[in-house]
Amino acid sequence: MALTEIRWHGRGGQGAKTAALLLADVCFKNDKYVQGFPEYGPERMGAPITAYNRISDRELRVHSNIYEPDFVVVVDETLLEATDVTEGLNPEGAIVINTTKSADEVKTHLRGYQGKVFTLDARRISVEALGKYFPNSPMLAAIVAVSGVIDRDTFLSQMRDSYRNKFAKKPEVIDGNMKALTVAYDEIAAQINKGDVCNG
Amino acid sequence: MANKIPTDISKITESSPWQDLTPGNHVYGAATSVAVMTGEWRTITPYIDFDKCKQCLLCTPVCPDSCIPVSEGKRLEFDYDHCKGCGICAKVCPFGAIIMK
Amino acid sequence: MAINERLSGNEAVAYAIRQINPDVMPAFPITPSTEIPQLVANYIANGQMDTEFIPVESEHSSMSAAMGASAAGARALTATSSCGLAYMWELLYVAASDRLPIALALVNRALTGPININCDHSDSMGAKDAGWLQIYSESNQEAYDNFIMAYRIAEHKDVRLPIMICQDGFITSHALTNIQLIEDDLVKKFVGEYKPENFLLNSECPMSVGPYAVSNYYMESHKAQVAAMENSKQVILDVADEFYKMTGRRYGFFEEYRMDDAEAAIVIMGSAAGTTKDAVDELREQGIKAGMIKLRVFRPFPAEEICKALSHLKAVAILDRSETFSTQGGPVASEICAAMYRSNLNVKSASYIYGLGGRDYRVSDAINVYNELFDYINNGKELVDFNYIGLRSRED
Repeated sequence: MALTEIRWHGRGGQGAKTAALLLADVCFKNDKYVQGFPEYGPERMGAPITAYNRISDRELRVHSNIYEPDFVVVVDETLLEATDVTEGLNPEGAIVINTTKSADEVKTHLRGYQGKVFTLDARRISVEALGKYFPNSPMLAAIVAVSGVIDRDTFLSQMRDSYRNKFAKKPEVIDGNMKALTVAYDEIAAQINKGDVCNG
Repeated sequence: MANKIPTDISKITESSPWQDLTPGNHVYGAATSVAVMTGEWRTITPYIDFDKCKQCLLCTPVCPDSCIPVSEGKRLEFDYDHCKGCGICAKVCPFGAIIMK
Repeated sequence: MAINERLSGNEAVAYAIRQINPDVMPAFPITPSTEIPQLVANYIANGQMDTEFIPVESEHSSMSAAMGASAAGARALTATSSCGLAYMWELLYVAASDRLPIALALVNRALTGPININCDHSDSMGAKDAGWLQIYSESNQEAYDNFIMAYRIAEHKDVRLPIMICQDGFITSHALTNIQLIEDDLVKKFVGEYKPENFLLNSECPMSVGPYAVSNYYMESHKAQVAAMENSKQVILDVADEFYKMTGRRYGFFEEYRMDDAEAAIVIMGSAAGTTKDAVDELREQGIKAGMIKLRVFRPFPAEEICKALSHLKAVAILDRSETFSTQGGPVASEICAAMYRSNLNVKSASYIYGLGGRDYRVSDAINVYNELFDYINNGKELVDFNYIGLRSRED
């Protein structure tokens, strides 16, 4: 895998930027060259935001945004109406969307995208695991499963290390976050294994 | 190692080449204004009549150029190298001991 | 042994500041440089450094306080962006004329009008004639490395000038990416202690800083600043050489990328240079002889060296991330054209303005520029003097 480019669509406050930085972080620990960066503007809570990841085996020099991503993550399904989330998306790649709907149901919003479509109910996973709605952790696990940038066990063990640092003062939330990641990863992995994947 | 050599500003003049200026025109050393003979600016001059002077020393602190030296509780002759002739000393003297001419 | 890490550009500069542990940092927050003083304040609060942090009420004050600290004999710095730099304006000139080796971590942002928070170089380009050394960074790594080298250049006895280390706002300042850090003790050894020859708090030789200079001294004083700028060129190279020996990373006035047999080149500064390198590689794979020069040191301006590097080209595009409104193209383009005239060099050149207010600059933008250069070289198509990259126009 020479270069993987990922684009995140979220709303201000949902943690899409943080998730992009976490993905860069965990890939860095896996000896990759990484970039994780948001597209900045006068963002407010709720406004659409975009963030990006480049993950590569070679040094990264490009500093532009990503226009032809291999993968797209949609952290909030209400963006599907307003934003062309599949713009430039590689038809050999995939999109993963946080929604209660099935891939078949959302594909009508994807403006004829021909690649793979995955869906994940990040709200249910987050609320069950953490008691609160933080969509970014499940979606982070989802994009790792879809893109295959790191294998499952490496991802999960490194995330546990990260959470141990990040939540050093409130270790009680570590297990919940790990559960959210694990459930999300395994749900997406099951969709991949079953071939239960919608080609848009 | 700090530089302890004060700038000899008498050697920096308006005809000095740029290489001879200190970096940033810094002036090293204190009280370098002594080297500037502002007495030359004077158009009228204070004179002290020590017969009338009671050594009350009111003149000394009001001099803007510190030109009235005091030694052992008594004022001395004016420092004419630096006195600009402003006349404040003459104005404050209660005994008419200082006149300007 | 280098430390492999991943940091944003702001984190990288703050890390360098912690390692250098300067004496005084007055700062006022402004996007996108805010994280730098914030992170430094954290380091101080955590006991990881003992810099005196002064939370001032404005950038006018942050530069004033940095100047006071520097004159007193302290190693001082601040960080800012855009309007913050503009608010320091009069002090920038005084810091330079007082020959105070202050470091400024500048995170480039458009100098608003219309209001905008994103990257371009209009803030530092406005200050290009204030008497500061200016070094630009392509990446987080370079922002870090340039900051480690900053004081060695600024404080050198033949230089004694303030230095601005610039990086692109958001593009590098807020992007997490790989970086190689240097061990604390090596940085400390490299940067060394600040030992000014004289300083205000030296009780053995009190001094005055910033005296009035009548016109009979003023020009000589400026000429001395120019001479210090001239002196800084050798110092910049010497420090870079020493830095190379420590890290294996080589720096000069500019980086020449695939220039040896190049027929056409782009000259560019900052993060867009990395993007341009990918464009060069893409064209080289097609057998097209494209090259690139990434200008790192803009003040002093390495005129002769640039001309030498350009001399074998058939055409050059000079890309500027700021506008001059002179109707004569960008500031870097103007400097290079003037330098070429004095060197009797007549390489066909064109000025391109790109990336204003954060407008993205892509590999395809660079390729379009090269295509125009090669269209001129191979087909004699007119090369327009002044261009805007990615501009929407009715004429298209």
